[in-house]
Amino acid sequence: MSGEETAIKVRGLTTAYGEHKVHEGLDLDVRKGEILGVIGPSGTGKSVLLRAIVGLKAPSEGTVEVFGENVTDLRGDELRKVQNLWGIMFQDGALFSNLTVRENVMVPMREHTDLPLGLMQQLADQKLRMSGLEDSAGPKFPSDLSGGMRKRAALARALALDPPILFLDEPTAGLDPITAGAFDSLVRELQSALSLTVFLVTHDVDTLAATCDRIAVLGRKKVIATGTIDELRQNEDPWIQDYFCGPRGRAAQAGRS
Amino acid sequence: MPDRPDFQFESEASPPQLTLSGDWTVHTIRDVSQRLAAVQKSDVKELQADCTDLGRLDTAGAFIIDRFACRAGAGEVKAVNASPQVSALLEQAASLRPEEHEEKSKTEYGVVDLLERTGRTTMSFLEETTATLAFLGETIASMAHMVTRPSKMRWTALVSVMEDSGLDAVPIVAFLSFFVGMVIAFIGATTLSEFGATIFTVELVGFAVLREFGVVITAIILAGRTNSAFTAQIGAMRMRQEVDALVTLGLNPMDVLVVPRAFAMLVMTPILTLIAALFGLGGGVFVSWLALDINPTVFINRLQSAVPVANFWVGMSKAPVFGLVVALIGCRQGLQVGGSVQSLGQSTTKSVVQAIFSIIVIDAMFALFYLELGI
Repeated sequence: MSGEETAIKVRGLTTAYGEHKVHEGLDLDVRKGEILGVIGPSGTGKSVLLRAIVGLKAPSEGTVEVFGENVTDLRGDELRKVQNLWGIMFQDGALFSNLTVRENVMVPMREHTDLPLGLMQQLADQKLRMSGLEDSAGPKFPSDLSGGMRKRAALARALALDPPILFLDEPTAGLDPITAGAFDSLVRELQSALSLTVFLVTHDVDTLAATCDRIAVLGRKKVIATGTIDELRQNEDPWIQDYFCGPRGRAAQAGRS
Repeated sequence: MPDRPDFQFESEASPPQLTLSGDWTVHTIRDVSQRLAAVQKSDVKELQADCTDLGRLDTAGAFIIDRFACRAGAGEVKAVNASPQVSALLEQAASLRPEEHEEKSKTEYGVVDLLERTGRTTMSFLEETTATLAFLGETIASMAHMVTRPSKMRWTALVSVMEDSGLDAVPIVAFLSFFVGMVIAFIGATTLSEFGATIFTVELVGFAVLREFGVVITAIILAGRTNSAFTAQIGAMRMRQEVDALVTLGLNPMDVLVVPRAFAMLVMTPILTLIAALFGLGGGVFVSWLALDINPTVFINRLQSAVPVANFWVGMSKAPVFGLVVALIGCRQGLQVGGSVQSLGQSTTKSVVQAIFSIIVIDAMFALFYLELGI
């Protein structure tokens, strides 16, 4: 695994809702095979950045390159092709509530591959086991699952086509610390087993400490700092100081060492 | 372009060897998966996979290779000349093998099944009816309670519902009743003109509109418009746990959500029915005047002399009942919504179907009742 190759390259990104600019001239690199955590105060556009990269929100300026290919402003078939490069896990899972968990995982396979139905079912079951769910969860509907299980099912759907890049939007929000911890180690395990590049938006200091190789801090419409957790601790910025050296940040540090 | 995946299986080698080539990914394995599945082999103790020419491999590829090994009776696949990643994927696939699963029982669609479903549907119909009647009782009790203590009434909610489902429905009720009145007059005119009795169009329009159509059309519009809105509003509140929040704050959902809606419908349905009756007669007058040369004055005089006013009261007497039915079924189905988006859709559909069904059945019962009374 060569750590220096760039998987996602964002240059001069400007996004706006009406007059309100969320990002202005934002640059960000995600290296191949790393887990990049994106943090920042509420309202700094962490989720908007994710949406801009995957093409859910058209940027008003700037480019997004994925594996050297410009994916900004792609439409139709071209967009569909690059969409195979990534899987996304949304904050609340966004599982289709009218499909069973197994059918949810099969949706991307049905759409993008020509596999026979039986094999798709077996693959979906395997993905569910990979995400740490029991086989009995497959025929259930998302509303019958607990929050943690829903997140695992959503992760299985994101990984259905073995994409090289995985986007996680607040993967541990709303989970109890033990479930969240298990989810963190699952992400770490899958990342190394499948050599994934992970873009992880989070608020959770513990998740950052447990999973991320590098962290990017958003603020003032830009990325104000990137680096490992130890590098960021040395940063002078008051918000970063508060974040990592406040009581919760220190606890996470203690838990790691 | 990815290389086509291929394999060669040497069962005689010791240990048996699977030589893999090409890219084994979820997008390419369709054919090779079927061919690999078709290879019959059992009692393999150990399986060795030569990965020298193997291109890309993902979890799907690893899965079918491991599935083959599993079926042949082998443990983990031993990868030769493989990159660490390929070995890791094969190892992972082996660790994720499904447990021995029993054959799933298939759904049967025989006669027994048909009978079973008929029975279930009948039972659920009876249960629904009982539950709706229970809810009716509960609502009436809450309403009576509220009447004794008007200070607890949510007047803002009441007025807001009256505006949303009463006032805002006036244009559509008026418009549709006018057209129905016109249609009745037209049909009457064409049929009655054969007997030279076109003047009886007045009686036809009068009886039909005042007694039945005014109130039934209003009720059906309300069932489609207001009833579904009630279910959706309350259902959305259930989904977002707002109803649970009400209960924990010491508020009774019956008082807060159901009673204002029931009172609003009780008041507004008769008013809408009056409007529907007037516009329905208007449609009759319009057609009689244009097509039959019965001028409005003659129409109204004849209406007053030939159609007893009791018909109007028969129609109006049904209005509050229908209003209450619409409010009740709408609110009850809304409160039935569970956690999922799907259940909201189901409840809304059920609510409209039940409301229209009940309106027509109750209307028939009223007709029998008044027939016995001789009105």
